[in-house]
Amino acid sequence: MSTPAASAPVRRGRMPNLELPQKAQLPVAIAFVVLLIILPFFFAPGGSVMNNLVLAAAYAVMALGLNIIVGFAGLLDLGYVAFYAIGAYAMGYGGSLFLSELTGDKGFAVFVSGPAAELPGVHMNFLLILVLAIVLTTVAGMVIGLPTLRLRGDYIAIVTLAFGEIIGRIAINGDEIRLGNFQLTAGRQGITPVDKVQLPGLERFTSLDLRAWYWLALALAVLVLLVNFRLRDSRLGRAWIALREDEVAAASMGVPLVKTKLLAYGTGAAFGGMSGAFLASYTNTVNADQFQFSFSIFILAMVILGGLASIWGVVLGAIVLSVINNYLIPDVLNSVPQRLGLDFDLTEVTAGIFGFMLVIMMVLRPEGLLPERRRKLELEEGIGSDDAVYEARMA
Amino acid sequence: MLELHDIRTFYGNIEALKGVSLSVDEGECVTLIGSNGAGKSTTLRSISGLTPPRFGQILFHGRDIARVPPQEIVRLGISQSPEGRRCFQRMSVQENLDMGAYLRRDKEIDADRAHVYELFPRLQERRTQKAGTMSGGEQQMLAIGRAMMARPKLLLLDEPSMGIAPILVERIYETIAEINRQGTTILLVEQNANYALGVSHRGYVLETGRVVLTDASSSLRENPEVQRAYLGT
Repeated sequence: MSTPAASAPVRRGRMPNLELPQKAQLPVAIAFVVLLIILPFFFAPGGSVMNNLVLAAAYAVMALGLNIIVGFAGLLDLGYVAFYAIGAYAMGYGGSLFLSELTGDKGFAVFVSGPAAELPGVHMNFLLILVLAIVLTTVAGMVIGLPTLRLRGDYIAIVTLAFGEIIGRIAINGDEIRLGNFQLTAGRQGITPVDKVQLPGLERFTSLDLRAWYWLALALAVLVLLVNFRLRDSRLGRAWIALREDEVAAASMGVPLVKTKLLAYGTGAAFGGMSGAFLASYTNTVNADQFQFSFSIFILAMVILGGLASIWGVVLGAIVLSVINNYLIPDVLNSVPQRLGLDFDLTEVTAGIFGFMLVIMMVLRPEGLLPERRRKLELEEGIGSDDAVYEARMA
Repeated sequence: MLELHDIRTFYGNIEALKGVSLSVDEGECVTLIGSNGAGKSTTLRSISGLTPPRFGQILFHGRDIARVPPQEIVRLGISQSPEGRRCFQRMSVQENLDMGAYLRRDKEIDADRAHVYELFPRLQERRTQKAGTMSGGEQQMLAIGRAMMARPKLLLLDEPSMGIAPILVERIYETIAEINRQGTTILLVEQNANYALGVSHRGYVLETGRVVLTDASSSLRENPEVQRAYLGT
């Protein structure tokens, strides 16, 4: 084995350890969630703070999904936007006027009340759409998983990148893909309006009062968070980590590679789909231009910034980047270049800012804001799988 | 117990095994010796399903397992300590051992872990330590212990002496002999023929993907060809 510890550059000033002691974790987590639940009462119900809270929660769901694929199972997925797109189209199909040519003037409503039920097109209850989005994205996740099964490392990244691009292209050009009266997507024109979420007992999903949206997004995030914790500590989670550490060793322990990898892709994709369906309804549009490569990178940056495989880290990364992307850059700092006499808006260089942040992170705290236990070990003590070295030597 | 009939295994278009036949009986310790690239590790990988053979039969208790996936082979009772040890570097010793019992759901896992600690007391001392921080010899102990956690009927060991201090090699080989005495059948691959022929009952000599010689280990040690090529005397 090589000795990276000896050759690694000297670390300038160790960053503080932010890990909580085991006993304190549960109470702190509960207090945190309670705080999040009562948070809307301190802000204007339709204001920009609420909007940012909703988006942050929705992005956290996606980041937690991607974390399963990239963080737990170690499969670098650069096409996560595909699952956002598929989830959003599930909402578009199941809750808008989009399919009205198929249904005729009467429309087709399932467990939906109010004006939407009378309109043409398909109008399903949001919970049904969530199920539909989960099913579609799980299948899509496994389909993308299949060709990557025999690949490793960078090659997985390339295949997933292509998959994300393919779905994005199909979304953009889908208005020309027709089957009789059925049009695959609305292309750049977008599907709009999209039905607002309706849940039993809650009638307050409006664009003026965002609190119901927030609580729903928070509920989804907490659900996904709990699933993440359960999965991490399960046999399957152990198998994912073993796979990430050393695929050959995992296989010789009896970890079924195909099943384990496909489950990682499927689960991660399902969370992306849930969030995608939610965001489609929340933003009231399914526009093909949203589904770009940069979105995959945006979510991946949340995972890396927070700390690969660290569940709380990923949540933190999602909140930080969401706020920077949707509030800090467009609302607060946007005019800074002009005040300095430069002729551009800060929003035009958002991707560059994220790239810069990642570079800074890699220099100062490569293990992420709240690092996972194992990864921290690798970076601080030079312990890692010597797979690559070993295989290079054997080849 | 295990019979290989004329197996041929390929890496892409390269034929690594050109028809290997061998057998291992219940309770035996059998060794494969040979130089680099002779196909020793490939033979083990063929048996464990990591690189299944393209032609030929592998019978385990009479059942052909040549095309059975690795996890089923582990379940049938064959487990492997892979070449280069391949411990999970960032998992603790105990977590590594528990991965070895991945397919098991019975209640005797704790007892088996205790047994592994008995075989390798060094592992017990280090049970909370990360595998990546241990020496090569200790990681080899861990790799063998991890394979034992599957409670195998047949244990495949791939070069347990590779890159390890001689004093630890001796200790590891004592333990291998002990594991065999306690009833686990062992198929051992080794470049270090001296040790391997010391613990095994029978041996096969592999050269460029073929078995060129087979005999009782004690006779192989006396064989002038073997002495010249593999024992360095």
